[in-house]
Amino acid sequence: MDGISGDLNAPHSMGTTIIGVTYNGGVVLGADSRTSTGMYVANRASDKITQLTDNVYICRSGSAADSQIVSDYVRYFLHQHTIQLGQPSTVKVAANLVRLLSYNNKNMLQTGLIVGGWDKYEGGKIYGIPLGGTVLEQPFTIGGSGSTYLYGFFDQVWKEGMTQDEAEKLVVKAVSLAIARDGASGGVVRTVTINKDGVTRKFYPGNTLPLWHEELEPKDSMLDILSSASPEPMVS
Amino acid sequence: MNLADSTPAMNSLLGSEADSQRTLYPYVTGTSVVGIKYKDGILLAADMGGSYGSTLRYKTVERLKPVGKHSIIGASGEISDFQEIMRYLDELILYDNMWDDGNSLGPKEVHNYLTRVMYNRRNKFNPLWNSLVLGGVKNGQKYLGTVNMIGVHYEDNHVATGFGNHLARPILRDEWHENLTFEEGVKLLEKCMRVLLYRDRSAVNKLQIAKITEAGVTISQPYSLKTFWDFSAFKNPTVGAEGSW
Repeated sequence: MDGISGDLNAPHSMGTTIIGVTYNGGVVLGADSRTSTGMYVANRASDKITQLTDNVYICRSGSAADSQIVSDYVRYFLHQHTIQLGQPSTVKVAANLVRLLSYNNKNMLQTGLIVGGWDKYEGGKIYGIPLGGTVLEQPFTIGGSGSTYLYGFFDQVWKEGMTQDEAEKLVVKAVSLAIARDGASGGVVRTVTINKDGVTRKFYPGNTLPLWHEELEPKDSMLDILSSASPEPMVS
Repeated sequence: MNLADSTPAMNSLLGSEADSQRTLYPYVTGTSVVGIKYKDGILLAADMGGSYGSTLRYKTVERLKPVGKHSIIGASGEISDFQEIMRYLDELILYDNMWDDGNSLGPKEVHNYLTRVMYNRRNKFNPLWNSLVLGGVKNGQKYLGTVNMIGVHYEDNHVATGFGNHLARPILRDEWHENLTFEEGVKLLEKCMRVLLYRDRSAVNKLQIAKITEAGVTISQPYSLKTFWDFSAFKNPTVGAEGSW
C-alpha cells in the first residue's frame, strides 16, 4: 500500500457530512461533496443528495456503492408505486422502502441515509435511517463522519419553525463547520430545498463559505501580499 | 470504511461474516426498561435514549408501546429490531381481531408468542437483539414477564433489562410489596430510573412511564428527573488525600 496515495483499491466511501432540517413550510437537505478511496479524494464534487421522486430526495453517506444501489432500488419501487397510486408518493412511504432494504440487508450494507421531502398530507418531513435500518422521524437530523462535529452546534442553535432562509443558512453553516474539521468531508456545499412549490438546488463553492478558526482568506498568490501595503511581508 | 463513528459492540458469534443472514452486532440501542406490578395493574418505565455506540445520538425514542388492549411492551437493545417486533405484534393483534369472536390475546399469550419468536431466531443464529418487558392485565389478572435475545424468559412481580438488572432489581427486591398504590409505584420506578441516570452511561434524562390497568393503557408525556449533587464529599472529594480521586 503506497503511503502517499493511499489504497486505491479501498472501497469508495463518502466519509461525509449530511444534514436534513425541517422548517416552516418544507425541508432543507444539505451535504458536502467529497468521495474518498482511502486517503485519495476520488471525486471532489460529488452529488450526495439524490432524487427519489419529484418531491422526495435522499442524502447518502457511508459506502458510495451501497447508498447508490439502495437509492436506485427505492427510486424504481417508488416509480411503480406512484403509477399505481395515481398521485405523488408520501415521504413516509419512501422512508419505509429505504428501511426495508437497510434493515433486511443490515449484515451487508454500510450506509447511513436521510430521507427528506414534502407531501400534501404531512408537509415537510425528515426521516433518519442510520446503520441497522432504524427509522426515526425527526425535526432535523445529521449523518456521516462529519456529523460528530455538529452535535454540539445543533444542540445550541436548533429551533423549531425557522424560515426557509434561516434553515438554508443554518445547513450551509453546519456543513461548512464539519468540512473544516472532518478530513473525510470537503469540496462544495450542496443544498436541496423541498416545499409545496417544488424543489430548488443550490451550490456553494468553497470561496462563498465563511472562514473558521485558523483559516485564512484565500489569495491568488503570495505575490499579491508582497505588493500590497503590508510593512514586512517577508520576515526572517 | 471512512465512517469515523465510534465502534458499536463487536460481538462475533461464530467466525465467518459471509454467512447469509445473522445479526452480528447492534447499532442503535436503547438501555434499561424497568417494570413492576402494583395494585391496579402494571407500571413500566424507560428512558427515551437511542445510543449509537458511545454517542447519545437520539433522545426521543419511544421504547414503551401498547400491544392490543391488554398489554404493553418495553424494549431495550437494537431499535430497528424492536421496530420489526412491533410490526410482528401489530400483525398478530390484527389477525386476532379479525376472528371477531369476542376473544382477545392477553399479556401471557403475547409474552409466549414473543418468547417463541426470540428463541427460534436465536436457534438460527440470527437473533433479534433485544431484551423485552411485557406487562398487562386481563380479567383482573396482572401479568409481568421478560424475554431476551437468547430466549430466556420468566415472569415476576418486578423485572428489568440491561443495567436495570444490576441497579434497579436490588432496590425493587427491598422496597416492592403487594398493593402498591399508583403514586408509590411511580415513586419507586423514579427512584430506580434516577439511579440508572447516575450510573448508566447510556442513560438520558428524558423518560416515560406507562401504566396498564383493566381500563386500558396510558403512556406519560416525556419528562426529566431532578438529580442531586449537593454532598460535601462531592464538593471536596480529595480533601485529606491530595492526589487521589
